[in-house]
Amino acid sequence: MTAETITILTGNALLGGEVIWWTGQGWSRHIDEAAAVPDDGAAVIAAESAAGRVVGGYAIAATRDGAGIRPQHIKERVRALGPTVRLDLSLRPHDPAAAAWIA
Amino acid sequence: MYQYDTYDQAMVDARVAEFSDQVARRLAGTLGEEQFRPLRLKNGLYLQLHAYMLRVAIPYGTLNSAQMRMLGQIADRYDRGYGHFTTRQNIQYNWIRLEDAPAILTDLASVGMHAIQTSGNCIRNTTADHFAGAAADEVADPRPYAELLRQWSTFHPEFDYLPRKFKVAIIGSETDRAAMRLHDIGIRVVRNTAGEEGLKIYVGGGMGRTPMIAPVIRDWLPAQQMVSYLEACLRVYNRHGRRDNKYKARIKILVHELGADEYRRQVEEEFAHILTLGLEPPPAELARIKAQFADPPFDPAAIEAIDLSDPDFALWVDQNVHPHKAPGHAIVTISLKPAGGIPGDASADQIRLIADLARDYSHDELRVTHAQNVVLPHVRRADLPAIWQQLDAAGLATANLDLIGDIIACPGLDYCSLANARSIPLAQKISARFADVERQRDLGELKLKISGCINACGHHHAGHIGVLGVDRKGVENYQLLLGGSEGADTSLGTIVGPGFSEDGLVDAIERATEFYRAQRQPGERFLDTYRRLGAAPFKEAIYA
Repeated sequence: MTAETITILTGNALLGGEVIWWTGQGWSRHIDEAAAVPDDGAAVIAAESAAGRVVGGYAIAATRDGAGIRPQHIKERVRALGPTVRLDLSLRPHDPAAAAWIA
Repeated sequence: MYQYDTYDQAMVDARVAEFSDQVARRLAGTLGEEQFRPLRLKNGLYLQLHAYMLRVAIPYGTLNSAQMRMLGQIADRYDRGYGHFTTRQNIQYNWIRLEDAPAILTDLASVGMHAIQTSGNCIRNTTADHFAGAAADEVADPRPYAELLRQWSTFHPEFDYLPRKFKVAIIGSETDRAAMRLHDIGIRVVRNTAGEEGLKIYVGGGMGRTPMIAPVIRDWLPAQQMVSYLEACLRVYNRHGRRDNKYKARIKILVHELGADEYRRQVEEEFAHILTLGLEPPPAELARIKAQFADPPFDPAAIEAIDLSDPDFALWVDQNVHPHKAPGHAIVTISLKPAGGIPGDASADQIRLIADLARDYSHDELRVTHAQNVVLPHVRRADLPAIWQQLDAAGLATANLDLIGDIIACPGLDYCSLANARSIPLAQKISARFADVERQRDLGELKLKISGCINACGHHHAGHIGVLGVDRKGVENYQLLLGGSEGADTSLGTIVGPGFSEDGLVDAIERATEFYRAQRQPGERFLDTYRRLGAAPFKEAIYA
């Protein structure tokens, strides 16, 4: 699969504050389930924020290829994974390549 | 130790009830995030990279064992089994659920604690010398004044929406262990020749984007006028501090732009007016507070001599134990900086153990230091072996206080939404590189401080070696600073040259330390050699 740049939406869940990604129908904790949006996602974020399903939503740029979706900015990669110094608390606790995915 | 009176408890309980209602309304959807955000921040609840973060105030870094035990319980029950002690003598929990926040605040209130004013443009938790009331070199105990400041600043309506946040630090020793001159207001408790307590007031220090060392604004202030004088300092700031540009809104900018003399003149004018209003608490109130901080019953039969035949124990005593004002007693600093570890993090089990040690050996007292360690302030020297053995078994006996491994590091990009670069992995690599304690001791006192952004929560400006993480086109990059200091010889570090990658910076620090070893004269610390030689030869060695 050729790498392509896409725009995806993210924010935090209201109840637990977890990082979440817009899938097109709802929100997922896993970035690989994120859906590309055709615009800046403002309408989606406004509706989802009003419904209390996301806090502080915004759009980011990411690269999608056969390996999955990877945010272009390191801060979003850290958000997608979890703290690199506590991989046991991250979404990929048993993946030795997880930290390398950040850098 | 401070004691809540009925007013304190009623105010905190009322705030918990109020915030519980606000959380319920947020969860029910009747409060939007725009409305709720300032309310949660007023209660120390941030939304960080991965979750809500709760910052709990530890008044001037002082805790008793019940409070410490509660901090451990919260870590277990509501977080993920650990807490992070910060450079402002507070503790932060990184994985809080919004729905749990009211229960946590209720638990905190049950032991006389809260998270109020740990965010926002108000007077934050006052910090103090972590050896207060115990240090052999103390002139006067700063804690009663810190407690008076706590009572004065908590819910102070006039100063709830200052131009920017406001931080006060207070010490009572010649040795500054609180980075006092790098605060918005720094206070040193002093005595005159008649033995009366007075205050020396510094205003306009700070780190962050524009680091400044606070100038002296008052050489001598009668101690019983502290509240009135600080009220005047804050009023002048509140009146003239900039609100149009957050980067120029701290009081240091005002003092710098007005000039210390003009700022002082305006404060004195306001102070004269305030004195006519009778705002100052009566002397009996300060006396009442002082009684809460009376010395615990030290053991008059405590002995100085202890068996130092175990070399690991002797090393720890030499590095992490300080002289106490009472004969036969000592101050123990528990390093939260194991080689390769996360500076300031402690597990719930470790927190509980430290609480037990305070209860059993330190007259129920603990202190949190701005260097992200924990202090047992009043222990008998004869109890040091038992304390050390228990700490050692829990991974808490690292003998590296004030050495290169005793690194201050902010949470950085691993947790903080403001950060540009990660701080903790860098600290881990540096402390692993210098893990050999004998090598650290050979380098001597060397304060290394790392911030993940220009806000400088990791105090990088004040490090003998400072590190600032920056974002260079989406890639983490680290600037190296040398020559900072936070003590009596406060100075600001300067950037050596072009930045480094993470691994490159570790190598650069090693080259700087090797150059120091080659150039030092007898008795010189790293900082002394740097000051003697200047930046150029260090730069040449680092970039060779």
